[in-house]
Amino acid sequence: MSPRVTLAVAARVLTQVRRDHRTLAMLLVVPCLLISLLWWMFEELPGDPFDRFGPGLLAMFPFIVMFLVTSVTTLRERSSGTLERLLTMPLGRLDFLLGYALAFGLVATVQSALAVALGVGVLGLDVEGSVWLLGVVAVADAVLGTALGLLVSAFATTEFQAVQFMPALVLPQVLLCGLFVPRESMPGLLEAVSDVLPLSYAVDAMQELGAGADAVEVWRSVAVVACFTLAALGLGAATLRRRTP
Amino acid sequence: MMKNVVEVRDLVVVRGGREVLPGVSLDVSSGVTGLLGPSGCGKSTLMRSLVGAQRVRSGTVEVLGLPAGSAPLRTRVGYVTQAASVYDDLTVNENLGFFARVLGADRSAVDRAVDAVALGEHRHQVVGRLSGGQRNRVGLAVALLGEPDLLVLDEPTVGLDPVLRRDLWELFHGIAEAGAAVLVSSHVMDEAERCHRLLLMREGRIIADGPPEEIRSRTGAADVEEAFLRLVEGREDAA
Repeated sequence: MSPRVTLAVAARVLTQVRRDHRTLAMLLVVPCLLISLLWWMFEELPGDPFDRFGPGLLAMFPFIVMFLVTSVTTLRERSSGTLERLLTMPLGRLDFLLGYALAFGLVATVQSALAVALGVGVLGLDVEGSVWLLGVVAVADAVLGTALGLLVSAFATTEFQAVQFMPALVLPQVLLCGLFVPRESMPGLLEAVSDVLPLSYAVDAMQELGAGADAVEVWRSVAVVACFTLAALGLGAATLRRRTP
Repeated sequence: MMKNVVEVRDLVVVRGGREVLPGVSLDVSSGVTGLLGPSGCGKSTLMRSLVGAQRVRSGTVEVLGLPAGSAPLRTRVGYVTQAASVYDDLTVNENLGFFARVLGADRSAVDRAVDAVALGEHRHQVVGRLSGGQRNRVGLAVALLGEPDLLVLDEPTVGLDPVLRRDLWELFHGIAEAGAAVLVSSHVMDEAERCHRLLLMREGRIIADGPPEEIRSRTGAADVEEAFLRLVEGREDAA
C-alpha cells in the first residue's frame, strides 16, 4: 500500500465524477429534493413528524446513493479490464479500495453538508445534538454504503445484476432499521436481524442525535458503523484477486 | 544476446474444467516474438500467466529471472489485453497521467508514450470519443509508460487498418531495438513475417518454435500459414 497510489486512485475517481455532469447533479441535488419532499409531505401533520423522520432519512440517502454508485462503478472497472491491468501494476488492493472510499467519502461529505444545511437551515429540522456531529454520521453512513457497494460488485457479473442488489440487500435494511417500526417493537426474530444490519446503527445514530441523546451514545453507534465498514472493506479486498481462474 | 526473458516449464492451466494449457514449455528472448495460433488455442491464457493474472495449476513461469507476477516485476512488465483497459470517460492525458502515477513514472513518460503511439493530436480528447484503433493505442501507450523490459501484447493489431498495423509493427521493433523483449500474439498468420521469432500454438501446445524462415524451410511451405497447416496435418517434410 502506498499513499501515492491511493491518492492517484481517489483523484482519478473524482475526475470521472466531475466529468459526468448528470451523475454529479443527481448526487448533490436528489438528496436535497427528497428531504424537501419529506418536509412538504409532513408539513400539515401535527406532532412534528418531520423532526422524527428527518434525521433517519439523512442517514439513508448517502448510504443508498453511495452503495449504488460504487457497486456500478467498480463493476465497470472489473468488466472493462482496467482492474486486471491495475492489478498487474504496483497497486495494492487496499490502495484501490481506500482510493474509492476516499473519493466517494468526499462526494458524500459535500452531499451530506448540502442536505443537512437545507434540512436544518431552511426547512427548520430540529436537531437537539450538534449539527457538526450530524455531518460526521452522514459521512460515516456514506462510506459504509461505498464499502458495501465495493464488496457486492464482486458478486455481480453485469451492471444489471449489480443494480438488483439494491432491492435485495438495501431495502430489507431500510425496512428493518427502525424508521417505520421502532426496532424494540418488532417481533423478536426481526429485532435480532435488525441488530446485525449496519443501516440500523446508522439510523440509530441519527435518531439519537435528533432526540438529543448523549454524544457518547451517538459515537458508539458510529463506531459500530465503522466496524461494519472495515469488515466490508476487508472482505472486499479478499475478493480482489491478482490471479483469477 | 539470447538470454531468456521468459522461461515457461510444464505449465498447466485449467479454466472452467478444461485443460487450456496441458503442460507447455517455452522460452522468449529479446527481440520481437510472435505467438501465433487460431482463436481459443490458449494464447491469451499463456499471456495472462506471464503477467501473473492467471491462476495456474502446476509448472513454473519465470520472467526476468523472477516468478511471474512477483512484486518487483509489476513495473518491469507491460501488458495489454484485447480490451483496451482504459477509462472511456477520461482524456488520453488523464488516463496516462493516472497510470503513470500508479507506476511511479514521471510526467515526461506520458509525453513519450503519447508520441510513441502517435496520439499527440488527440491527447485532450475523451477516450470514449476516439475510434476503436485509437482507443487500443491508448491502451498500448499505458503499457509503454514504465519503459518495461518485457512487453506482452495480446492481439494489438486486430481490426486496425494496414497503415496503422505497419506503424505499430515498426514501433514494436523500435522497442525491441531499445533492448526490451516484445511478445505479440495474433491469429493472423501474415503478421508472422514481421517477427524475429515465432511460436506457433495450437490447442494449448507449441507446435513450432523458431525464426519464420526456418519454420518455412523446415516444413517446405511458401508461407507461415501453409507451414502451420502442414504441421497440423503432419505433412512436415523430413528435411
